[in-house]
Amino acid sequence: METIIILHIILVFMIIGSIITVEIKNMLSAVISVGAVGFALSLAFLFLEAPDIAITQVIVEVLALVILIRATINVDNVAIEKREHILSDRTALIFVGMILVFAWFAFRSLPPFGEPSMRVSQYYLTHGLREVGATNFVTSVILDYRGYDTLGEAIVLFTSISGSFAILRRLKKEQHKDFLRIDREH
Amino acid sequence: MEKHIGMTPIVKMITRIICGPMLVFGAYIVLYGHITPGGGFPGGVMVALAYILITLAYGRVVVESKVSGIAASVVDDIGALIFWSVGMIGLFIGGNFLLNFLEKGEPFHLLSAGTLIINNIAITLKVGMCLYAIFLALAILQRVVIEKPKEEEE
Repeated sequence: METIIILHIILVFMIIGSIITVEIKNMLSAVISVGAVGFALSLAFLFLEAPDIAITQVIVEVLALVILIRATINVDNVAIEKREHILSDRTALIFVGMILVFAWFAFRSLPPFGEPSMRVSQYYLTHGLREVGATNFVTSVILDYRGYDTLGEAIVLFTSISGSFAILRRLKKEQHKDFLRIDREH
Repeated sequence: MEKHIGMTPIVKMITRIICGPMLVFGAYIVLYGHITPGGGFPGGVMVALAYILITLAYGRVVVESKVSGIAASVVDDIGALIFWSVGMIGLFIGGNFLLNFLEKGEPFHLLSAGTLIINNIAITLKVGMCLYAIFLALAILQRVVIEKPKEEEE
């Protein structure tokens, strides 16, 4: 029962942080409130007794904050105010309403909170130690039972680094050209 | 001239003290990933964060003299190759891709759970060097953004 109350407090904090992130005009403040939401999420994972995901969430959040602050600290960091069309609000409201209607039907078929249907998980818990030999069942699931998913994740990372290096090479050439042009002009 | 690259001496000193423990803790999270909470992904991000801390404190030139972007890319590829070859060895030995072909060992021992340690280390190399290389790419990109207004002033 205490866990539920703490979780609700953390969730309210996260919702407030998300609204501040969207509404605030200063870019750096928005990034910092995104960080607050992320750390609250890792706390929520800790209270739900999922230390693996909590560790990953904290570390990835730190990395994302460093990259985001470094990307936004020197850029013109005030949001541009724009007058929105009247139709955009109504369209957004219609779509949010549709999502709520379908989510009502979808969430009714889910098991209640704290009582998961242990069909696959029970198999991992009973057979995992004998079949894999790892005492951390999360690792045994992501590397043994669901190894294909992890391989796919590695491929996604590989593709992303290839893309970054392609962009980096192009920028370097342009920079080189700019320097040459300056040298010639002086 | 070299003194002014990077941040203040306080940040540099703390970076010098803290970087070793960060790398050791990353290695601990990876090597004990099959016994205690942790694993390849958080450990890899921890290793990447140690290098990113050096980049922030000492500047890009210092960190690129230790691990250049191309070396990071090569280590990244080696990690992916280790993971793939573990899967292929399992395919040839037991007939299933990504089969756990080594001995299981006793629970709660470091050398248990067969191929999970190798896969964890492979993912660490992959994730760590990948994120570090992306950060290097972003650092170069930001330098271009800063330098462009100066050219217009000239």
